[in-house]
Amino acid sequence: MPSTLAPLLVLIMDYNFHWRPVWRALPDLLDAALITLEVALLSMVIGIVIGMVLAIMRLYGNIAMRGFASVWIEAARNTPALLQFFFFGFGLGAFDLHLSPYMIVLVGLSFNNAGYLAENFRGGFQAIPVTQFNAARCLGMTSSQAFIRIVIPQVFKLVYHPMTNQMVWAVLISSLGMLVGFRELAGETQFMASNTFRLFEFFLAAAVIYYLIVKIILLVFYLISRRLFNY
Amino acid sequence: MIELKKVDKNFGKLQVLKGVDLQVEKGEVLSVIGASGSGKSTMLSCINGLEVIQSGEIHVDGINVHAPSTDLNKLRRHIGMVFQQWNSFPHLSVMENVALSPRIVLGKSREEARAVAEKQLIHVGLGDKLDTYPTRMSGGQQQRLAIARALAMEPSYMLFDEVTSALDPELVGEVLDTLRLLREDGMTMIVVTHEISFARDVSDRVAFFHQGVIEEIGAAQQLINDPQREYTQQFLSNVR
Repeated sequence: MPSTLAPLLVLIMDYNFHWRPVWRALPDLLDAALITLEVALLSMVIGIVIGMVLAIMRLYGNIAMRGFASVWIEAARNTPALLQFFFFGFGLGAFDLHLSPYMIVLVGLSFNNAGYLAENFRGGFQAIPVTQFNAARCLGMTSSQAFIRIVIPQVFKLVYHPMTNQMVWAVLISSLGMLVGFRELAGETQFMASNTFRLFEFFLAAAVIYYLIVKIILLVFYLISRRLFNY
Repeated sequence: MIELKKVDKNFGKLQVLKGVDLQVEKGEVLSVIGASGSGKSTMLSCINGLEVIQSGEIHVDGINVHAPSTDLNKLRRHIGMVFQQWNSFPHLSVMENVALSPRIVLGKSREEARAVAEKQLIHVGLGDKLDTYPTRMSGGQQQRLAIARALAMEPSYMLFDEVTSALDPELVGEVLDTLRLLREDGMTMIVVTHEISFARDVSDRVAFFHQGVIEEIGAAQQLINDPQREYTQQFLSNVR
């Protein structure tokens, strides 16, 4: 065993767990968990809509649209999510645009989700053969009817699992909200922990709650997929 | 009537159709044969406006297909088209595959659309598959589904683009039987095909395409049994 770990182990062995403060704070933690879930879900809905638009712009738009979509996607995917939150928090503050902590996280997460989902959608669109679209047009459908009725439902099946991953990702990185003063699960946990000095217990409890949220999301997404994609 | 006048079509520098003239009367069945790349399939795509043409004119029931003022969505309701790759919509049940367009394009009610779809599916022998998904069916069944889907729009014309070429040999027969059925119904059809005996037995006339021109056209029996042009003779002796 490396010598640096030995004192740490002793510390843990000597540590006396005090769970009562955690139990007392549990209702507050669960309320905060609901806020986490709410902001993640909302950011997914917004992200799906914007991501779809970005994917279509990047695939079929003119130069200006392609450029706009590319800048968004590149920035969202290739910079740390934390810096994106800071941009919407403190960056916009420089232009006298002050968002509440809730809005910073919602906007930041939506921005991030849209970028990642756009690339998933783009791959999905490219995987649907153009002959599907042509067959629909031959039946007299307009191009938007063919797109909405024939192409997009098939794209959704292809991107469903990446979308599930993105939802999990949204829940987990919403914890960065505590660094912009947002009292979601991680923020609330930090607040409670520093009030009671039971850091280890509180963050362990938060981790368990995050884990359960993710498992529930995976289950719900699985059940939805069973209903939606019965082919 | 479908009428092509001096139609030219290029893909870049490659000229695929070179001044094609053709008339197909109401009620007629025309088979189009010829080597791959001779322009047969491209001609079909030009007839319903999937592909643009560089010069010449195509008229369907007197409507100029490639005039800027033509509403292609409206025109295509009268022209059914079935492809080599049947293109069934995998996310829709067999019933929904057929009922969707009558509903959203023709504005039929849900019940009317289902009734039309059911009638056509029974007609092509898929009456027991209404609630199945296409991915669980054979290629031949999916191709018959594609035919029923086109027929549900109650088209005046049907274009068939090598509809048996991607099928396993034992499935070709059921699709050709469906085409024979349509012929008995009096449907006007242009059938691009490699099935020479089908072309001879089922169509009124046969056109032989060679390098973007109609090299020879005539009564089915006569053209297949007694071709006049050298290229036609060569092609037919090669495929036999």
